[in-house]
Amino acid sequence: MKLVTVAGPPSSGKTSMLLRVIDWLRETGISVGVVKFDCVSSEDDERYRSKGIPVLLGLAGNLCPDHYFVTNIEACAQWGKEQGLDMLISESAGLCNRCSPFIRKALAICVIDNLSGMNTPAKMGPLLKQADVVVITKGDIVSQAEREVFQHRVRKVNARAEIIQMNGLTGQGKERLGSLLAQSEDLDGLEGRKLRFSMPAAVCSYCLGETKIGSDYQMGNVKSIAIPASIPAAPEVN
Amino acid sequence: MFAEITSITILGGRSKSGELEQAEITLVPGDLVAVVGPTGSGKSRLLADIEYIAQRDTPSGRQILINGEVAEPAVRFAWGRRLIAQLSQNMNFVMDATVAEFISMHAECREEAISGSSEADLIARVISQANLLTGEPITQDSPLTSLSGGQSRALMIADTAVLSDSPIVLIDEIENAGIDRRQALDVLVRNQKIVLMATHDPILALLAERRIVLKGGAMVKVLESSADESALLVELQRADAAMIAIREQLRRGESLAPTAFRYR
Repeated sequence: MKLVTVAGPPSSGKTSMLLRVIDWLRETGISVGVVKFDCVSSEDDERYRSKGIPVLLGLAGNLCPDHYFVTNIEACAQWGKEQGLDMLISESAGLCNRCSPFIRKALAICVIDNLSGMNTPAKMGPLLKQADVVVITKGDIVSQAEREVFQHRVRKVNARAEIIQMNGLTGQGKERLGSLLAQSEDLDGLEGRKLRFSMPAAVCSYCLGETKIGSDYQMGNVKSIAIPASIPAAPEVN
Repeated sequence: MFAEITSITILGGRSKSGELEQAEITLVPGDLVAVVGPTGSGKSRLLADIEYIAQRDTPSGRQILINGEVAEPAVRFAWGRRLIAQLSQNMNFVMDATVAEFISMHAECREEAISGSSEADLIARVISQANLLTGEPITQDSPLTSLSGGQSRALMIADTAVLSDSPIVLIDEIENAGIDRRQALDVLVRNQKIVLMATHDPILALLAERRIVLKGGAMVKVLESSADESALLVELQRADAAMIAIREQLRRGESLAPTAFRYR
């Protein structure tokens, strides 16, 4: 079974884009299932189910979502195998951008949209940097020049990935993306495989449920912001 | 990779019902071709096939040749994106920048296009070209997001013509609002672009020397515009100008006489 990891900020168009690509994959005879990781709530599982795509939904709730992902992906892969799938696609929101759910050897796709702002690529961490394929969506609602500038800025952050402009509404671009998915490597189980990037260092008292503010309540992995010893007073305004 | 695009050829695939596509067409720089057919006849698919440089691997089964040759995957999927500029139906700017900042940002990612001309000169050229297409002048300091629909379209077309080095331009209908569409097409063609335009507008369709007719997902014929049609075009443009004149009068708050619509 192939495992493909897809991640990107909320509302970047991941599900719409995937529904189109899955259509294409099924037409070529590849059976596909999806595991959707979300934080609070999701209706995307219904969108997959209504098209007859086998789907699992995982809600992280009050857990760090990427920790939730990494502790569950193996069981999900097992589920995919039991379903007899040729390909399992894991879809998750980008969350803090500090981590990424990308796994070595599993095709890693980052989805971002043209509307997210010109500085967004530079602000994104491993989620963009470590991807094999970057899918840029919503190109139909910005100008050609803005698409080019945005793509250029993505390229600056990730020099290696193939960049695909895709329209999740019409499916334009699905052929190329679909063929990249179809060509991705078969994985023989996930045990012992590695994430492409480490998770942030945890654990502090707040991870464990503390809600009060103040140094008395802080424990564990705590980092202080650098504040200059003396900040010059603002000049007086006449 | 191709140093220069001298032609693109669209080889037929199959219609939605599986019949062989009869027509094929080769386009060279400076060509303006209209793509016509009812909604759902496959106009967007045709433009998508060209954008994708399809190699019989899209639902239509068409093949697109560049300079008479099959494009290498490297051209298709990496550099290939630079081949085509698309002007879509929705033309909005979302970038928080001035017109000048925007042009210089775009120039930055099209480095080779600006060699030999300074940035300030380039900005001035794009803006003055845009201002030839729209009645409401754009300035360097205008915030992009404050441009009207007509100004946005004019700037986009000028930018594509002057700055972008993509040799092929695909247009999905140019809206009429506030721009001179004939000039807009002229400026693209003059800059040696290959322009394909999907349209339902009779004036735009007849402005093209050839038109690809689509039906049921297939190219059914390629028509050359005839002398009769050129004469008809002149008449349609006069009528269009008369319509625009009335619009202007209404804008200015004038009352109209029953004889206001005169184009003969």
